[in-house]
Amino acid sequence: MRIPMTEYLLIDLDSERWLCRLCGHDLGDANGNYKEGTLIYDRNPQEIHPPVLDPERYEYTFAPDPNFCRIVEYYCPGCATQVEAEYLPPGHPLTVDMIWDVASLRERWAKSGKNPEEVLNYGPGENAIADLRAQFDQPTTRTHRN
Amino acid sequence: MTMTDTTEHSHVHPTPETHLTPEEQQWVDAFMNDTTLFIGPDPLIMREHQIAERTPLEQRILELEADPLRADRIRRRLAGALDEAFEMCESMGAAPGAKWADLSVAVYTASGDVAYMSNRGVIAFSAVLHHPIRHIMKYWKDEPTVGIRPGDGFFHNDARFGMVHNTDQSMLVPVMREGEIIAWVGATIHEGENGACEPGGMPSGSETPFDDGLRASPIKIVEEGKLRRDLLTFLQHSTRDPKLMLADIKVKMGAVKRVMDIVDRAIEEYGVEAFVGAIRMTVEDVENEVRRRIGEMPDGTVTVNQFVDSTLKENILIKFAAKITVQGERLIVDLTGTGPEIINRAINSPLSSTKAFFAQAILSYWWPDLPRSTGALSPIEIISEVGTWADCSYDAPTGQNLQASFRAFTALQTAYAKLQFSVEEKYANVISPWFNQINNFLWGGTTQHGEQVGNLCADLNGMGGGAKAFHDGEDAVAPLFCAMADTGEQEVMEEEVPFLQLVSKRLVRDNQGFGKYRGGMGYEMIVAARNTDSWGFMTVTSGAKFSSVGGLFGGYGCPTYPLAMVKGINIFDIVKNDPSAFDLSMERVMNEQPYEGGSYTTYHMGLQFDIAQEGELYMISQGSGGGYGDVLERDPELVMEDLQLDRISAQVAHDIYRVAWNPDTYVVDAEATSKLRASERQERLRRGKPYAEFVAEFVTEEPPAELPYYGSWGQDNDQEVLATVWDHQGPKRVRGPISEIPLINVPNRHVMKIARLEARIAELEAKHGETVKRLV
Repeated sequence: MRIPMTEYLLIDLDSERWLCRLCGHDLGDANGNYKEGTLIYDRNPQEIHPPVLDPERYEYTFAPDPNFCRIVEYYCPGCATQVEAEYLPPGHPLTVDMIWDVASLRERWAKSGKNPEEVLNYGPGENAIADLRAQFDQPTTRTHRN
Repeated sequence: MTMTDTTEHSHVHPTPETHLTPEEQQWVDAFMNDTTLFIGPDPLIMREHQIAERTPLEQRILELEADPLRADRIRRRLAGALDEAFEMCESMGAAPGAKWADLSVAVYTASGDVAYMSNRGVIAFSAVLHHPIRHIMKYWKDEPTVGIRPGDGFFHNDARFGMVHNTDQSMLVPVMREGEIIAWVGATIHEGENGACEPGGMPSGSETPFDDGLRASPIKIVEEGKLRRDLLTFLQHSTRDPKLMLADIKVKMGAVKRVMDIVDRAIEEYGVEAFVGAIRMTVEDVENEVRRRIGEMPDGTVTVNQFVDSTLKENILIKFAAKITVQGERLIVDLTGTGPEIINRAINSPLSSTKAFFAQAILSYWWPDLPRSTGALSPIEIISEVGTWADCSYDAPTGQNLQASFRAFTALQTAYAKLQFSVEEKYANVISPWFNQINNFLWGGTTQHGEQVGNLCADLNGMGGGAKAFHDGEDAVAPLFCAMADTGEQEVMEEEVPFLQLVSKRLVRDNQGFGKYRGGMGYEMIVAARNTDSWGFMTVTSGAKFSSVGGLFGGYGCPTYPLAMVKGINIFDIVKNDPSAFDLSMERVMNEQPYEGGSYTTYHMGLQFDIAQEGELYMISQGSGGGYGDVLERDPELVMEDLQLDRISAQVAHDIYRVAWNPDTYVVDAEATSKLRASERQERLRRGKPYAEFVAEFVTEEPPAELPYYGSWGQDNDQEVLATVWDHQGPKRVRGPISEIPLINVPNRHVMKIARLEARIAELEAKHGETVKRLV
């Protein structure tokens, strides 16, 4: 059984591994930090948030100050999907943003008897259409490539 | 730091090791109680957010068989009354905040727990107003000089006694039967002006609690239905806008009276016991339901670290740390690692105000279907230590405490997506962080009608919404604290105050949290004073160097936001002479500098009250919500839509979203787009580094030396925080537990700037061999 835990990350209960939901790449022990299985890049925030006011003339321009703020980008090593982007001060240790109790997850879903890939959703509303099935073994489902 | 508090004196002996007999201890306690200097905020009240124990009456009623259908009928009647009273405040209130929904009306249990609240309005009030009622019940009910009688009404505004912030003012009225208080009805409005060191009630420049303005602990301003003129005069005399004070106290009295009429009728029809049972049952039911819903979340820990870049006077980085742990039906929010309070800056928040925004996130973004009740936050455990900027001491200024308390909201809103993603039954959509700054102008001075005023624009309600997992965020949709607020009618405002919004509600290109779905955008505002002898503006937010909100699951956060000014011009004269010059945007004005003789400057968003000459330009932008998902997954057609509407630049469409298109027709070149995106994926694989290698290169032992940083560094040792403090030798970095960090007094930035300039002058004089004799 696989449980979608974020838009791009699954926990495979059988193997207790983090998997990329799009390509199935193994991102490590599901009891631990999925970031350890990603590729990581230190992005100058000005490349993402371009200055609107002339940076040659002004200190404050709509672009973050790279001496205060970096964007740490996490990519899946399999399909290169950006699974997380974290705004940090330069040099700040990376946040371990989620650690789950896999045994309790297993127990919960065993009790439910449902397939999480089929029943998980984005919440109420008729336009909240979600397809959170693993993409790597669903060749007929929509593609995430453009 | 000093605080006199009867509770501490009556229950905790200051030197427990002393060898007093129990009898002697009693004498000491009695003496201390009889000779209390003043009654400050009671920590036993102020640190608690759990619902109260049942009163004997509640216990007696709820021991009997409850009738949920009857309780529901009573609740529905209350809901109607509260919504009606809300609309009374909105339509009659003098405060701009009231006109645009920044208020709340509620029914409370006898102990002060919010049982039901108006559907519209500020939900955070549901988790903070039990404090003043408990204070009144504990200290004033049996106090011979105060007491509580039917028709009495209590006023307060000081957040240290329980309030979102000091600019809000309450009217709390007991419901009494046969001499016993069985419930309370209250109305609370964001009034704005409160006599602080700057107009508008939310001073970014306050350096002591005395700069924060009116410091009203709960006082009985209405006695048996009559407004006390002496206390009213005192309150009017203490602020810049006596008309506002009078008008809105009466508006709140009227709104409370309306609810009270319905309460009286409900009691008449159903009886005291049914009414008391219904409201107490609501509070308990909400608490039980919250426990049940926590139990549906997976066990684990989600960590959300936020970094705030300003004291509102200078740029720093101060951390708001939050670890949110679910264990069965327990949810624990641990703020350890949050930066220390800064004793002479306005950004500190009392813990009770911080908690109010945990409740705001829970009741508006986690479980918006629940009644707005104190029961919602009650089962959640919060770990925090006095002395952080999110849990400040009594002596810290709190004039702009939203800087810390709004971060509590973002912490839980961000965590929600992860905590609930794998839960089947969701009560709200998976969503990226909402924008969390009140980018807005506060203003004050003399109006065109000769009146003294101080308040704010309602445009703070135009925060951009976070992207949903299946839809772009909504532009300038609502403030995080009030789902159905309004940004107001500018024309109405211009009739009352002497400035114009020359540009209002024009979206700023590229002001987006990019992602598969992008955040809702904010708009720019350009204001200029006109037809006034004395006027000024101020701004009160952070996020000019470090983005205020991040994205979700690979989406990016919002950009940063500058304040831009053009001083030394009169735009009204300019456009009178040349109407074509009225093509204003912050980008054009600042980059083209079209007005000769103008002084063009940018600033962070913490502008202390700044005197505005007629026609000088002040320009800001509302913020964007965070983006959701990988930008390379965004539908290229949505990218083209944004490009055609000038929401994004061609640079963003190409460099961020990696879309190729025909510039004449905006038709997507699918094949070229596919190649661009494949190429960017390859580039990611090339530049991305494995975890251990990245950590070795990126992570440092401590923050950059020149960066004043406050809070833990990382999350492995949150007990230890870092801080920059100033002593005889200047700034130095210290580290240790919060309790051991020295008091942080940030030096006056103008003094520091003069020192830098003097040093530079000395350097130049030495370089050029010039000897200047100066007397000091």
